[in-house]
Amino acid sequence: MNTPVPLFQMEGVSKSYGGVRALEKAGLTVQAGRVHAILGENGAGKSTLIKIMSGVVAPDEGRMVFDGKEVTFPSPAAANRAGIACIFQELSLLPDLSVADNILISDPPKRFGLIDRKRQRALAEEALARAGAEDVHPLAPVKDLPLSRRQMVEIAKALMRKPRILILDEATSALTAADVTKVFAVIKRLRAEGLALLYISHRMHEIAELADDCSVFRNGRHVATYQAGTKSDADVVEMMIGREYSHVFPPKPAPASRETQPVIEVRNLSWTNRLKNISLAARPGEVVGLGGLDGQGQRELLLALFGVLKGLTGEVLVDGKKVEVTSPRQAKGKDIRMALIPEDRKTEGLMLPMSVGDNLSFAALSRFARGGVIDRTAERNRVAEMMKVLSVKSAGTDLPVGSLSGGNQQKVVIAKWLMIEPRIILLNDPTRGIDVGTKQEIYQLLRKLADGGAAVIFYSTDYDELIGCCDRVLVLYDGEVKRVLEGDQITERALIAGALNISTSEVSTGKGAGA
Amino acid sequence: MSDWRYKFGENKGTVIAVAIFVVMFAIYLFNHPAITDQGFTVTAVTNVVNTACNKGVVLALVAMAQTLVVVTAGIDLSVGMVFILCNCLASIIVIGSPVQTAVGVLGVLAIGAVCGAINGVIVIFGRLQPIVTTIATGAVYFGAALWLRPDPDVADAFNNDFAAAMMGQLPGGIPASLLGLVVIALVIWVPFRRSTIGRAAYAIGSSEVAAYMSGVPIRRAKFTAYTLSGLLSAMAGLYLTFTTASGEASLANGNTYTLYSIAAVVLGGVSLFGGSGSAIGAIFGAFAYRAIGDLLFDFDVEPLWQPLFQGIVLLLSVCVGAAQLVRVRNRLDLFG
Repeated sequence: MNTPVPLFQMEGVSKSYGGVRALEKAGLTVQAGRVHAILGENGAGKSTLIKIMSGVVAPDEGRMVFDGKEVTFPSPAAANRAGIACIFQELSLLPDLSVADNILISDPPKRFGLIDRKRQRALAEEALARAGAEDVHPLAPVKDLPLSRRQMVEIAKALMRKPRILILDEATSALTAADVTKVFAVIKRLRAEGLALLYISHRMHEIAELADDCSVFRNGRHVATYQAGTKSDADVVEMMIGREYSHVFPPKPAPASRETQPVIEVRNLSWTNRLKNISLAARPGEVVGLGGLDGQGQRELLLALFGVLKGLTGEVLVDGKKVEVTSPRQAKGKDIRMALIPEDRKTEGLMLPMSVGDNLSFAALSRFARGGVIDRTAERNRVAEMMKVLSVKSAGTDLPVGSLSGGNQQKVVIAKWLMIEPRIILLNDPTRGIDVGTKQEIYQLLRKLADGGAAVIFYSTDYDELIGCCDRVLVLYDGEVKRVLEGDQITERALIAGALNISTSEVSTGKGAGA
Repeated sequence: MSDWRYKFGENKGTVIAVAIFVVMFAIYLFNHPAITDQGFTVTAVTNVVNTACNKGVVLALVAMAQTLVVVTAGIDLSVGMVFILCNCLASIIVIGSPVQTAVGVLGVLAIGAVCGAINGVIVIFGRLQPIVTTIATGAVYFGAALWLRPDPDVADAFNNDFAAAMMGQLPGGIPASLLGLVVIALVIWVPFRRSTIGRAAYAIGSSEVAAYMSGVPIRRAKFTAYTLSGLLSAMAGLYLTFTTASGEASLANGNTYTLYSIAAVVLGGVSLFGGSGSAIGAIFGAFAYRAIGDLLFDFDVEPLWQPLFQGIVLLLSVCVGAAQLVRVRNRLDLFG
């Protein structure tokens, strides 16, 4: 095998976010004229890697060599100028501006110092054609385009910069099948033109079709790089596994009887194109996990149950009776008693400048109020009780909640909802960015609540948690429940295979061959 | 062919503002005492139009100033104070011979631009919210105005010829103030709108994160927007001085113009969330808002009713803009 001089090289690059190592001494070599796929599960360091390459974050250490010269990128603009363009998962388009404005935002054509709109339009049309999106009108405002068209505009915008390295981060996740075919044709043409392409995707068949090289990341480290086609899917899953079990989980009880009436049951729930035909049931005492890669509809499912989304189809039954929840206020009411521990505690869970006590009693105020006036003594007693149950470490309930540590803040969010004595508890990745000790307390608490008769629905990006805490795990992929794992079936291997939507048989034979 | 659809879509706010203005001004004109008394004579019409222009231009300039900042998703609550400061300053230095007057005008414009630039620097480097920053700097600018003109006073040796020329009629009955406004729009707004910096200002207002990721010059664009805002407020201050030939540090006047500028911007179809709208729309919004207020005089309604009526028209036009919220599918987006 001949090894030409690499176009881009990264060596010993590390990055931490507040004590959490996102990337550790990672390396990557990119060749011109090849498609290089990056693989890894949630939190493997893929996004940090491309953020460093595209100048969004600065690495703590390590060096990057581009075209034989050592480089640093203080800003996305610097990376762009050097010839690295990135198509981000979170779109970088400006919703109020037109497609043409967006495509040429970095370097619009000028005449007498002013933007030449005619030429800009012609250039935009050209770029759209190059991206295979001739049907998009260059004067249309981006906010009026459907998601899949926006993604095509994003690609056209990146091409306009004439990059030498193009990074596609989950670029096809929002696209229709017809668009994917077009994008593939574009990628193959760009490869033939000598561009280097970095392709991040969790769709194995896409990688099989496109990639020349693959690199696997795990826990922020680079595990292996191999030529495409030299490893089986099973080998790849094997390489992605490998987090050591560092959490202690409470023992699981025997599975609840099938005959028990579910506290909450969902039948064929759909919402826009983000949730497709989802059915699930949670009985008293059960902890039901939601798995899969980030952004496959888990968050939307929880919001839908909590009454935040409009235009749902399908049925939700509580205690066997059909309900229609249209607001969080109704969801927490005494008929349903549902609680949602949100994803972002700082914006959706807490009022940071207000005191611990005030935050705790917000959701349950009506329980202490008599004729609209809050009974301070009852409130204080209940708050004190909660603080003890959760062992929140705080010098007092009068301190602003913002002064507590992340773990204690999260406990306050959970305690706040326990004040209403919920029977259905939804959790959206509750342990993200929390220390191990607090995590364990949260696991114990979940189990205790379930034992007390509540049904828990628990989304986590951490596979260990799903394995350790859940009686049953639904793996979501593209808004659909692709797999339901129960009891001993909940293994990291099965979870990853489900998240990548590759068949279990493939993986289990791979395992058999390896053993 | 469908180009027109998109071009209309982009300028819908401006078109609506023009429509509101035309309707309101037509009602105003047809019922104006001068017209009902003398009939549609050229003199009567041009006189009414000229008066309306001279009153409207001041608000139109402050509204343009507001637009520049609002487009970046900020808000400038100091426009009225910069306007008052420049009025007081103009009443002191825009005097004497043509040369002295010219120097005075430049001085006033420079001070206005500096006031705007200070706002910009604080917002950019202090990372303070525009609303807080401009409340504070606005108070400082007003303090400076009080210091210049502790008591309202007529300008000594004021260049009345110059002022008369700026507020009078050109051959053909065209109001000079209107021509001035057109020139200002052509010299300041059009280049801004069509330059990279202006594009960047819209980008910031639309989504600052996406703008940063796209490598847009964020700081330069914000600085330019705030500075030009100060400059336009100074021009409004000059025009006020031309009409009154005096300077007064009036807190009420400053506050009124700040609030009216926001009303005019909203009527003009400029989104307070940033990223869309045009100063041309804001100009028509300002004239429409003035016409709505003046309309009541035609019908001998007590001036006390003016704010109430203006408020209702403003509220109705904002409601039309909010109609799209009905389509929201994720209730969290309502709080975005």
